[in-house]
Amino acid sequence: MERLTLTVTELNERIKGLLELDPLLGDVCVRGELSNYKIYPSGHHYFTLKDSESSLSCVMFRSNASKLRFRPESGMGVTAFGRVTVYPRDGKYQLYCSALIPEGTGDLQIAFEQLKEKLSKEGLFDEGHKKPLPRFPRRIAIITSSAGAAVHDMIRILGHRWPMAEVALLPVRVQGAEAPPEIVGAIRYANEFHVGDVIITGRGGGSIEDLWAFNDERVARAIYESEIPVISAVGHEPDVTIADYVADRRASTPSNAAEIAVPDWREMEALLQNLDARASQAVVGRLKRLSERLEALRAKRVLTDPAAHLDNRRIELDRMRDRLLAAQEGVLAKGKQRYVGLAASLDAMSPLRVLARGYAIAEKADGRAVRSVRDLAAGDRLRLRLADGRAQVLVETTAEGENNG
Amino acid sequence: MAKNKLTFEQSLARLDEIVRHLEKGDLPLSESMALFEEGTGLLSACGKMLDEAEQKVVKLRKGPDRAPVELPFEDET
Repeated sequence: MERLTLTVTELNERIKGLLELDPLLGDVCVRGELSNYKIYPSGHHYFTLKDSESSLSCVMFRSNASKLRFRPESGMGVTAFGRVTVYPRDGKYQLYCSALIPEGTGDLQIAFEQLKEKLSKEGLFDEGHKKPLPRFPRRIAIITSSAGAAVHDMIRILGHRWPMAEVALLPVRVQGAEAPPEIVGAIRYANEFHVGDVIITGRGGGSIEDLWAFNDERVARAIYESEIPVISAVGHEPDVTIADYVADRRASTPSNAAEIAVPDWREMEALLQNLDARASQAVVGRLKRLSERLEALRAKRVLTDPAAHLDNRRIELDRMRDRLLAAQEGVLAKGKQRYVGLAASLDAMSPLRVLARGYAIAEKADGRAVRSVRDLAAGDRLRLRLADGRAQVLVETTAEGENNG
Repeated sequence: MAKNKLTFEQSLARLDEIVRHLEKGDLPLSESMALFEEGTGLLSACGKMLDEAEQKVVKLRKGPDRAPVELPFEDET
């Protein structure tokens, strides 16, 4: 058998056809509260009708909207007339509203606004009245239902973050007519016996009716009067109750309340480590500086040996003497060296030394040494001086010229 | 005696004070060392508190004389 495949348009048209077959949906009368009411420049009105459980998209075209005899606003209770059909482009069904009748107004919403206004005027929400939360609560009083996810979420998160804090649960009903007096009783009881140093009161999410106990004036006043700081923890993030306004701290959810109530031990451990490091560093630095000073002092012997400077003087003196002696010796040595040198030169130049090598000096009768043949003539008498004696000689002939040989 | 009874919060405050003193470095050495020793003791006590903490959960009921009576908290979900 071949499977029938539809386009999206065909499917939406088919659903639209089905809805339009229902006679009731073609002409329906529905009661609810207006929310998200918007008037577009085109003149069409778009809004949502809702009750505690459900919501319904609505549109009212300009032609019908222009006939309205009141100004619709979010929060109003109304009865809407129209037909329900599919808007094929979005695949959504909605109410095409032809008329709206105000029906009193959303009772709960009005009551909420009135109470909020009244308590605000009385100063119950004043920041100045809000008490600081303890940083490290030793015991946390939780006022909520002992059944349900909220209490378990809170206990789990508290245990995970700060197991040192004890948790004391004061079980109460959190919805229904009995809820407000029970919550009030528990808050007062917690104060009377000081069962904790911070209170968390609240419940998990629900409709505005479910959360109503936390919009109760008696509950608001009990929170205000509590000596123990109170964290409100009602519903989900967007839910705001009177208890939230009056509490010392508003948590967006019960889990968030647990996070607000206690620190995280991991952060504390890091803080302790930091303190440890700082203390060690301070002490080690101190000791290091002191030991450096000690070393510097130790280097100065004058402190440990008062005679040391005299010794030093003595040593200095000895050194001076040594230098003096050395200088003196140097001078003498130099003088001696010079004398020896001179003596050697004198000796080398002595004529006696020349004669010793086999030379002789010829001298005339007047004692002058003969240096040239021209000073001589045959028949001159000369005296020869030799190394070991002298002799008288007679010149026979003379002849000029070098080395007449 | 009292030292052992300090809460975590008191210990932390004292530790903070001790570290500040040590960092100033204007105390005689013997006092510094005594403070350091005290700080080390507090640190280990705090660490022990963190390590050994075990969450205690109780359910409170009004006793016959109205005073709270602790009951074990049981899972009611």
